[in-house]
Amino acid sequence: MDLSLSTRTVGDRTVVEVGGEIDVYTAPKLREQLVELVNDGNFHLVVDMEGVDFLDSTGLGVLVGGLKRVRAHEGSLRLVCNQERILKIFRITGLTKVFPIHTSVDEAVAATD
Amino acid sequence: MATVELRFSALPEHVRTARLVAAAVARRSGVDEAVLDEVRLAVGEACSRAVGLHQLSGVTAPVKVSLIEEEKQFSIEVGDEAPHAVPGARGSGGAEPDAETEEDEMGLAVISGLVDDVEVSTGEHGGLIRMTWPTTPVTTPLA
Repeated sequence: MDLSLSTRTVGDRTVVEVGGEIDVYTAPKLREQLVELVNDGNFHLVVDMEGVDFLDSTGLGVLVGGLKRVRAHEGSLRLVCNQERILKIFRITGLTKVFPIHTSVDEAVAATD
Repeated sequence: MATVELRFSALPEHVRTARLVAAAVARRSGVDEAVLDEVRLAVGEACSRAVGLHQLSGVTAPVKVSLIEEEKQFSIEVGDEAPHAVPGARGSGGAEPDAETEEDEMGLAVISGLVDDVEVSTGEHGGLIRMTWPTTPVTTPLA
């Protein structure tokens, strides 16, 4: 299964819906998408990972890279994820402290902290 | 001899194949269903790292994955043929780790976070990651 990406705007946030597997092969596509969004002036991103079946460290690296980019513009990058298998990877790498992780897109879009 | 052995060209698109094969053999060997996600992730990390190392050092040899079924345990060995730098011998300055090193370390961090029994060995002619999981005998009714 490949990676699927779609974006939509909700208020001042840009929601990136990701589906499929984020690994060493597909992660560059996600990186490109995030870079493009930031270059186009979208600095408040919500990455919806509910459709993600697999995430590895390459994918984590891309998300961290995205966070660095939006932060350079005082932006934000929030994640939406309820899947235990995916959350576990954020926990063992300590990245739950780095990313705000929400249970729904609505919650992520409304968050302002 | 390994139960199943896999060699693939050091290209990112083949890492998924290695994950699928490893998970299938692990399941057959009696690795707990709840741990299969970890097996899949760990072998993917090890293979991604090997692919990265081969590409970085221009090694054309394939990456080798051995899936080894033993009594009460299942092991996966991922071998690369990239010449590994001796730790501490990195170029001058060296305060800022480059992107490849960071990714490499993140992969290893995930592996060591996931797998209790892991050995990483490196030599002049390549490296090997060996990961082992306990198994319970599969008692599948034939019906």
